[in-house]
Amino acid sequence: MNTPTRKGAGVRLVDIVKRYGQVVAVKKLSLDIAPGTLVTLLGPSGCGKTTLLRMVAGLETPSEGRIEIGGFDVTSLSARERNVSMVFQSYALFPHMSVEENVAYGLVSSGLNKTDAAARARRALETVGLAGYGLRLPSEMSGGQQQRVAVARALVLEPDVLLFDEPLSNLDARLRRSMREEIRALQQSLGLTAIYVTHDQSEALAVSDRIVVMRAAEIAQAGTPAELYDAPRDVFVATFMGEANHVCATLESVSGERGRVALGEARIDLPHRDLVPGPVDLVIRPEAIDLEAGEGAGLPGRVSKATFMGSHVEYHVDTALGDLFAVVPRTRPLFPAGSVVSVVLDAKGAILVRP
Amino acid sequence: MKRFDLTAVWWLAAALGFAVLPWHMAQEPLRLAEYFALVAADPDIASALAQAAFHGRPWFWPVAASLMAALPGIDARSPRAARARWLLAGGVAGLAAIVVQGWLVGVQGWRYPWLEEIFGVLDERQFGFGIGGTLAFAGCLLMASDGLALKGRFGGERFVSGAVAVLVASIAIFTVWPVLTLLSQIFTVPSDQTLLAATADRLFAPKIWTLACLTSRSNCGVAWNTLALALSTASLATLLGLAFALIVTRTGFRLKRPLRLLTVMPIITPPFVIGLGLILIFGRSGLVNQAASSWLGVELGRWIYGFNGVLLAQVFSFTPTAFLVLIGVVEGVSPTMEEATQTLRASEMRAFRTVTLPLMRPGLANAFLVVFIESIADFGNPVVLGGSFGVLSTEIFFAVVGAQADFGRSATLASILLVYALVAFFLQRRVVGRASYVSMSGKGDAGLPARLPPPVERAAFALALPWAALTVTVYALALAGGFVAVWGRDWTPTLSHFARAFSVDFGTGGIVWSGGAWNSFWTTIQLAGLAAPLTAGIGLLAAWVLARQRFAGRGALEFALMLSFCVPGTVIGVAYVLAYNVPPVEITGTAAILVACFVFRNMPVGVRSGLAAISQLDRSLDEASATLRASTGRTLARVVLPLLRPAIVTALVYSFVRAMTTVSAVIFLVSARHEMATVYIINRVINGDYGIAIAYSTVLIVLMMAAIGLIQLLVGRRRIGRRAAGGAHTLGARA
Repeated sequence: MNTPTRKGAGVRLVDIVKRYGQVVAVKKLSLDIAPGTLVTLLGPSGCGKTTLLRMVAGLETPSEGRIEIGGFDVTSLSARERNVSMVFQSYALFPHMSVEENVAYGLVSSGLNKTDAAARARRALETVGLAGYGLRLPSEMSGGQQQRVAVARALVLEPDVLLFDEPLSNLDARLRRSMREEIRALQQSLGLTAIYVTHDQSEALAVSDRIVVMRAAEIAQAGTPAELYDAPRDVFVATFMGEANHVCATLESVSGERGRVALGEARIDLPHRDLVPGPVDLVIRPEAIDLEAGEGAGLPGRVSKATFMGSHVEYHVDTALGDLFAVVPRTRPLFPAGSVVSVVLDAKGAILVRP
Repeated sequence: MKRFDLTAVWWLAAALGFAVLPWHMAQEPLRLAEYFALVAADPDIASALAQAAFHGRPWFWPVAASLMAALPGIDARSPRAARARWLLAGGVAGLAAIVVQGWLVGVQGWRYPWLEEIFGVLDERQFGFGIGGTLAFAGCLLMASDGLALKGRFGGERFVSGAVAVLVASIAIFTVWPVLTLLSQIFTVPSDQTLLAATADRLFAPKIWTLACLTSRSNCGVAWNTLALALSTASLATLLGLAFALIVTRTGFRLKRPLRLLTVMPIITPPFVIGLGLILIFGRSGLVNQAASSWLGVELGRWIYGFNGVLLAQVFSFTPTAFLVLIGVVEGVSPTMEEATQTLRASEMRAFRTVTLPLMRPGLANAFLVVFIESIADFGNPVVLGGSFGVLSTEIFFAVVGAQADFGRSATLASILLVYALVAFFLQRRVVGRASYVSMSGKGDAGLPARLPPPVERAAFALALPWAALTVTVYALALAGGFVAVWGRDWTPTLSHFARAFSVDFGTGGIVWSGGAWNSFWTTIQLAGLAAPLTAGIGLLAAWVLARQRFAGRGALEFALMLSFCVPGTVIGVAYVLAYNVPPVEITGTAAILVACFVFRNMPVGVRSGLAAISQLDRSLDEASATLRASTGRTLARVVLPLLRPAIVTALVYSFVRAMTTVSAVIFLVSARHEMATVYIINRVINGDYGIAIAYSTVLIVLMMAAIGLIQLLVGRRRIGRRAAGGAHTLGARA
């Protein structure tokens, strides 16, 4: 990988509020984004993540609060006065202009002469692997190619901040995977600051330096992908970051970093994560559950559904704790539906969270 | 950073208008040198500054003070907040100062007696705003809007705030103010009456409200006449329109395309051509009457003059309108719905009665109300065929022409007509608002439309085909009338009518346009050609602002725009005459009043076609352009407009054609210098000179067809080439 050139600028959101009439779309939100990092805004639809992105772009004005880019207050500046560019969900390629005209559009707007703009547009197209496609119309390209044109059009302006609004949602699954890797590689090699909106957690995990999980107009939790996955603050974040079983438990006592947790009949030793003794929620990742044949040492259960997925098998198991979802590698023995099994927990995949 | 931006230009324009150019409209044409009016001996053609400084007219000083107040705001390097403050304060104060001085000092000194008491008698008078006043007003308006944008309103977009300011100001000046002026006329008091008595006398006059026709052979009041006529016309036209729409969309009829062509005819024919055609058939010397008297010895009399004739003419004129509305409605009924009825074992008849028809009901109501509005606003047909049967639109006219000149009565009638129009307009808005379930089935309309039940199909054909044949006959005869010497008496084929209207001589000084119609012909083309791009431009700008921008008062702006469309033409005509006869805006008798009338009467069509087209454009295209540093102007020019070509064509064609064919408002506004074709024709008709009227109408129709072709060629061609190359037919962002 190339050394980052650190072209991007930091972004600071201070106490941002956005109201549409009575509806509050963003509720007093603050966020710092370090230069050269890619931060993902992740959340269910309607949580305010796109509104937040559009406020950074200058397409919406916050009702309250301040937005800084590279240390300058840009709150009252319009989109075109800010040095940001955006890749739209629908790509928003101008259908009546050629690919090259599309990419050169921003450069010409910024006052560059047409020849230089065209040359730089061609170089940008090269960067995204579309050399030689410049004279086509957007309608003559595939979805993935259109996506790259949109990225090239945003990149060519060398923006302080590059914004992505669910850029891959119109692509098929396979293409989505390769495009997200390309976007990540480009962002890192150019050292760009990027904000990326998505509702797909695997996409977020794959591309981000940091992830901001949003819920109902607020930040639910922000952190690195590993932090969010391994130490979610609550059940919402845990279930949003990948599959998770969620059972009620009781924290009986704490000592040092660890705590003793009562889970039905069983007692397990887990990091207490600053929770006080009492009822807690326990999040169990499906890959932390293993099944053994017969009535072993673990929690007794019965397989209610087994789905063969190739590399792994997905089980639903009826237990005293309720229905548990388990993902077991193909290398383990197979259990058909109806099998009596013993459920074994790997404590590393079990996380205590606030009830 | 640049020292100056566009705001400086606005300030300079305002300063130029204030200090250098003649403030008032000159009564005589000015020589070029006289436009430099800083020092002018005659105060009436001097600049405002000169009038204030040298001619003792101190009411201009506040304007100067406002301009000075705005001056600090033009420096682009000072902080935004400070600029916003100066510009807003100076601009608004300037606007206020200009309006107040224009309003208070009229043609006879102070407008109000109490001013005379304070300042003493004023010998001075002032004329309407001229180039200087207009420029100063525009400059102040744009400075104020720049100030608002700098304050962060309108998303900080100066282009948007400027556009909104211009729209609001022009609607206020050219629609709201005239209509309010008109309404205030109801309350003018003759010297021997109290306000209440005079107003009541006017509003409840028996000539308006009598129901005498129900009990005796005399006439009913014009208000009832209008209502009865409009209800009858709307019912019949909706029924016929539905029959046509069903035939075109739901049967295997071969001649669908010619039927659709029928919808174009009323758009390009002047509104009284149908009336003329009917006279030529059913009038006293018409074909039918002549045949009846010579073969059967029966005198059919003058039945065509009056309610019957006007009704017939209006149904002919407006059935195509209803047809056009209903095609969309019938097509909007999802075939899936009808297929569902088939799978549910419903008979064709039952399906039609219980599903298809109820789904079309809001559309039918819409068509009914659209025709209703057209009928009450119609001037051409009643004036040609009405005889002693008066309706509001014609009575408004007859109240002010000739010796009567009773503006109070005219204003009263106009207000009643306005109320009719508003009620119908509100009903129509509600109906259209609720009509949305027609398209609610959403996706998957892949099914085949059900065939009509045979009885319905037979009924539709039985209604529509004879009517279509009759329509064609009326048009054909109306146009044939221009080629015979005297209809009904002397059937010699001749071109003499054309010669009288459009003869050309070649004299010593070159071509001499000796025909009687040339003057109005050239004026019409000139003014329609001037109005069309203005109308389309303002209309599309308004559409873009409404569709793409969110700001306080957006709903009110849209409402005002659409409302101005429903104000009947005669009402606007009277209102314009009343508002613009006197300063401060004194443009009666000029070409400007005609152009303003065209622009603001027809702009809503531009708005509508623009809104429809823009709503198909993905909003993110605009946003992408904005994030790519394009100014709003550049976004419009490079992205929005190229994708709006079809809407531009529609708006241009429509505004041009309407300007050429309209008669209702224009008949009040023409002057000897600026006569319009339609008014010329109407006057020939009123004099019974049908031949020349028809010849002229024929020429107009041909001219409009040529113009439509030309506009399409100019604006439409490039787009077709590009799009065809792309092979794309949708306008979405992903094309």
